[in-house]
Amino acid sequence: MTAETVTAAAGVAPAAPAAAPVRPGSARRLLSWVAGHLGLLPFLLYTGVFLGAPVVMVAIGAFQDNDGAFTTENLTAAFADQFGRSFATSIELSALTAAAGAILGAILANAVLGSKPDGLLRKVVSSAAGVLANFGGVPLAFAFIATLGSIGIVTKALASLGFDIYAGGFNLFTFTGLAIVYVYFQIPLMVIVFTPALEGMREQWREAAANLGATRAQYFRLIAVPVLLPPFLASTLLLFANAFSAYATAYALTTGVVPLVPIQIGSLVSGNVVADQQNLGKALGLGMVVVVALVMAIYAYLQKRASRWLS
Amino acid sequence: MKNKALRWTVLTLFGLYFLVPMGASVEFSLRDVNNTHSFASWGKILDEPDLLPTLGTSLWVAAGTVALTLLLMVPTVSWVHLRKPKLRRLIEGVSLLPLVIPPIVLVNGVLVVFRDAPEVINGTPVILVLEYVILALPFTYRTLDAGLAAISLPTLVEAARSLGASWPTVLLRVIVPNIRSAVFGAAFLNLALVLGEYTLASILLMDTFPVWTVSTGQSEAGVSVAVSLLSLLVAFLLLFVLSLVAGRRKASRGVS
Amino acid sequence: MKSRFAALAALAAAGTLLLTACGGGASGSEQSSGAATAKSAADLGGMDKLVEAAKKEGELNVIALPHDWANYGEILDAFKKKYGLKVNEANPEGSSQDEINAVKQLKGQDRAPDVVDLGSAFALSAASDGLLAPYKVTTFDDIPAGQKADDGSWFFDYGGFISIGYDASKVTDPPKTLADLKKPEYKGKVALNGDPTKAGAAFAGVYAAALANGGSFADIKPGVQFFADLKKSGNFIPVQSSAATIESGQTPITLDWDYLQAGYAAKLKGKVDWKVTVPSDGIYSNFYAQGISKTAPHPAAARLWEEFLYSDEGQNLFLKGLSRPARLPKMEAAGTADKTALAALPKVEGDVKFPTDAQVNDAKKVLADEWAKALG
Repeated sequence: MTAETVTAAAGVAPAAPAAAPVRPGSARRLLSWVAGHLGLLPFLLYTGVFLGAPVVMVAIGAFQDNDGAFTTENLTAAFADQFGRSFATSIELSALTAAAGAILGAILANAVLGSKPDGLLRKVVSSAAGVLANFGGVPLAFAFIATLGSIGIVTKALASLGFDIYAGGFNLFTFTGLAIVYVYFQIPLMVIVFTPALEGMREQWREAAANLGATRAQYFRLIAVPVLLPPFLASTLLLFANAFSAYATAYALTTGVVPLVPIQIGSLVSGNVVADQQNLGKALGLGMVVVVALVMAIYAYLQKRASRWLS
Repeated sequence: MKNKALRWTVLTLFGLYFLVPMGASVEFSLRDVNNTHSFASWGKILDEPDLLPTLGTSLWVAAGTVALTLLLMVPTVSWVHLRKPKLRRLIEGVSLLPLVIPPIVLVNGVLVVFRDAPEVINGTPVILVLEYVILALPFTYRTLDAGLAAISLPTLVEAARSLGASWPTVLLRVIVPNIRSAVFGAAFLNLALVLGEYTLASILLMDTFPVWTVSTGQSEAGVSVAVSLLSLLVAFLLLFVLSLVAGRRKASRGVS
Repeated sequence: MKSRFAALAALAAAGTLLLTACGGGASGSEQSSGAATAKSAADLGGMDKLVEAAKKEGELNVIALPHDWANYGEILDAFKKKYGLKVNEANPEGSSQDEINAVKQLKGQDRAPDVVDLGSAFALSAASDGLLAPYKVTTFDDIPAGQKADDGSWFFDYGGFISIGYDASKVTDPPKTLADLKKPEYKGKVALNGDPTKAGAAFAGVYAAALANGGSFADIKPGVQFFADLKKSGNFIPVQSSAATIESGQTPITLDWDYLQAGYAAKLKGKVDWKVTVPSDGIYSNFYAQGISKTAPHPAAARLWEEFLYSDEGQNLFLKGLSRPARLPKMEAAGTADKTALAALPKVEGDVKFPTDAQVNDAKKVLADEWAKALG
């Protein structure tokens, strides 16, 4: 492909023609395949340079020792006992908070959509959701320590009412505590990514269904769920990945006592204690990609099953 | 949700969950000596000379990120929906990658790849714009995809085309207005991400607003909490103003 | 599907090539003659010539120097005032590894760090990678043996002891030893400054706990067990301590470097009565190391910075932040150490010994394997 075709293709990207009819001849088939995918070119080029290339560098690093020679030692080490445990904990925490965040976020999004379309509430919620979905790290950890820590305001308020949650076994600096904090940025993210799908649900559909004598339950089962399930699953997947890679909040709150993969990667590639182990960190990074690829596969399978079951 | 009482109960419960931790932080930032409260910590922030320059940097990085993201992603996702629905999963997979590679690892790769790039790219916040588009990709894709899935895109496009509209016209006057909330959602997330991103900016040694908040927070405990609240407030106000402007524009178009 | 992924990979590779091809034009600043290879001020014709060359460069790039760490805020101000150089401070919260990455990856750029302040393991690693330029400050001989590389590619700058900090208003019967931390009255009160596999101060805290509990420099396990027990009894809360958690009362007792504790005390003056004591049963000390980047964009300014840090003035500024500068023993003997600051240092009773590099590396390995397992 010459440079001119590349620029031309990029220029007319949205206008790229539909795939030409396939004719015999592999060169032609290739050409028509390329022509049919011209619309993807800008995206692929961009992600290739700014995402693909850095990731390839990371992948290469995972297979190198500190002198740059090839080794599989990092990968072997990445499968060691302690990392296996953290992969399990990371997956568990991500799945739990993704599910909770998705359900609660969908409920919140739905409640907000009930208000006036251009009303203040919607604007406040969508703005707040944008900010809070990106909130994390030390400030978020501190906000929760000041709320649900052993002398946090909610802890103290409940204690004065006779509920000593810490005596009851609750502890903010544990897996459970982390999950509560993670939901704080998962719900807003869900609100943002799921609202467009909810908005696509027409009020007319419900009215039409009602006019045809459908009950609320029937409307829900036969119309709302089939339309909303695919975007709901997709959003949950996004939330999973979001929690899976979150790092700073967990670090500030539990300092590695709850073993999570991103924290261990952070110690290896950006630490003050362990020197010369960066490539092991990169190998763990690759491991994370593999996990999410697996989750993606499960998700694709579920989507397929869902569409079959619903049709 | 028709039931108003239920709706407000739900909203109140969520409101409590989100506002109480904020409130606890605000209270802490207002603490002064001897159990009194004052705006001393907040006042100290305003004396910092680097507040406005770093905020300025972050704002133009944010503007660049939003513009580049929309330019790249709105046509791409529309095209995939129209022409290659089967590729949705592939694009989605690629879009999720940035979320999976921890930023601290990604930035290592970025440093290596762009080590010898022209200084305009790797010596200025331009590199941040280019990489923030990537970091925002998962959110951008998901939001736009949901927006496009919710409208009957092929019908709309076919109708517009049969009326003689060119492709750019279709994109700008038919597709974009129909997925307005998705486009704004994507822009919102981009903006909020840029105003909160610390890892890449600090490792690439760029003086952005989030980096400034962390270094300024070192001076005192109250200041550190106040300055992180300030950054949330700034992001929130920006988004809120943006949504007001967006709402007004739509209203005026409706009248004309 | 397969071909698509192949196409993606090819694109990624092409992108890399493209960038490598169009690059190569990165500009470094003009190197002032001779400064980049000068191994001492004398090589440049004395201090005056060094100052002159540094002033000509006009700028100094430092990295990962928090202002509340070992009094760096005041040190930077004093340096700027004395020599009129502009100091660019990058990534103040960065780690040692971040510093090394910046030196490696920003090579040739004007923004690259000139000088680094590294944990000792990282200094050794950077020196063996050839990243550091050998240079001997005028006072090099004052630095005790074993605290500097023979060729001057790195040299210890300041150190401190693991200490117990506590809020005197909340902790009425303060702990004096690490063993005391097990007392039931400290339930939910004891914290470390981060994850011991990542933060140097937390690592040192666990090492000190090992010494206090039958372990040794060769055996850190009892330290891990100590914290596992503390966690079980509910005394240890794994939150990362900071000035904010101390002020809000969430971490009334912390294990940390004494010079950082001193920083908290100063910061919280009037709000929290923060007291510091070095536990007699777990005396653990450690130093950070200075080094000059071989590819420093401002080689003369970098060397001047080191001369300043190791001058009596610079060393006393470290001392004022209650860290123990490398030249302290000599300065105490010569009577040039700041008396007030010296008197304010937390008392250390007992012998101070240091682990070998091999022992430290082994301890880190054990810790990385055991920490999350024992405490999770």
